[in-house]
Amino acid sequence: MAEVKLFGVWASPFSRRIEMALKLKGVKYEFIEEDLKKKSPLLLKYNPVHKQIPVLVHNGKPIAESLVILEYIDETWEGPAILPKDPYERAQARFWAKFLDEKCIPAMWKACWSTGDEREKAREEVIEILGILDNEIKGKKFFGGDNIGLVDIAGNLIGYWFGIITELAGLEIVTEDKLPNFRKWINEYNNCSFVKENLPPKDKLIVFLKARFEAFNTSK
Amino acid sequence: MAEELKLFRTWSSRFALRVVHALKIKGLEYETILEDLKNKSDKLLEYNPIYKKVPVLVHNGKTICESLVILEYIDETWKQCPLLPQDPYEKAMARFWAKFGDDKVMPSVWTAFISQGKDQEEAIAQAAGNFRFLEEQLNGKKFFGGETIGYLDLAFGWLANLIGIMEEITGLKLVNAEEFPLLSAWINNFADDPVIKELWPPHDKMVEKFQAQCEPYLKKVA
Repeated sequence: MAEVKLFGVWASPFSRRIEMALKLKGVKYEFIEEDLKKKSPLLLKYNPVHKQIPVLVHNGKPIAESLVILEYIDETWEGPAILPKDPYERAQARFWAKFLDEKCIPAMWKACWSTGDEREKAREEVIEILGILDNEIKGKKFFGGDNIGLVDIAGNLIGYWFGIITELAGLEIVTEDKLPNFRKWINEYNNCSFVKENLPPKDKLIVFLKARFEAFNTSK
Repeated sequence: MAEELKLFRTWSSRFALRVVHALKIKGLEYETILEDLKNKSDKLLEYNPIYKKVPVLVHNGKTICESLVILEYIDETWKQCPLLPQDPYEKAMARFWAKFGDDKVMPSVWTAFISQGKDQEEAIAQAAGNFRFLEEQLNGKKFFGGETIGYLDLAFGWLANLIGIMEEITGLKLVNAEEFPLLSAWINNFADDPVIKELWPPHDKMVEKFQAQCEPYLKKVA
């Protein structure tokens, strides 16, 4: 029986965050691909509260919520650090990871799925929010410094998925004049060999996301 | 040079109260800056430009925002009276349930109190479902942290403080002792703890504040 199991979905940035962290630490794990339209009894048993992926199961004990899992991985296994050692630096990393999930991602979804008059307003809002990130990454290679850290791992949706989705939605958001530093980070991130290994193939993801956009547009 | 430790808060903020209690448990001296959220100070806006909210902790010129992030910072900086468990799995559980509290329990409790009719029935059921999870977590423990108050207890402090106030204002008994014996006991144990009790915001002032806040919603009765 595998000691470490991860319940996830190949296209989900949230389960990819966990895979990235496990690979960073050199942890062997079994990946269980879930069908979110028909969730397995095991997933429902391991995450009765949210019934969502990702769920990490370590020696039979389940942990849910990707940022919680990332910290658990950092505290359990040796290897490159996901969070810094200094308490203040750790607080900053936690703050920015939370900002990504609570502010950036919802604003991004809103911009991509909005239509009509709402769209331009949503687009301006997400640019304003990403402007805050742009300011934070100025002068740094990664949010974690010279190496990727918690915020970079959590930033996979913003760093990779976002570009594909905005292209499909016909939106221009991360421009050189409005978000130059953030744009630089996206390039750095996507060119980082370790990150590249842990992202779903672009062509497969485009097909998947395109289908979702079409379904959404048809349903209106 | 003396250590600089300041807390920007309001008299009633349930998020700031987490930090107030944490600092007390750790036995730390600090300066309080009371904010008026209708007239925020320049310093608050400088220290928390993104959210412009309380609480903000300032430690030797470094600012930390977001109450749960602040709690972890306090716990990692001052090692006496640990707030979080040592074991990584137990720590993960505390973080998970604290997030559940803020993301799910808090909105469900508020909605249960202020909604009407069928909406309220559904909201009460939703809140009850959330309470059942908490009931399981308490599992014969006095506090979420075990024998002593810890991070998760502080994260749920708002529940112990506000449930009684909201039940008083609305007449709705949301956490009854028969259905939720452990949670009810936890509320009493937490509220009765001398450290917690000493720093509760004034009851009458809280009732007045929440009465005013609830009025627009409660007035909608057909």
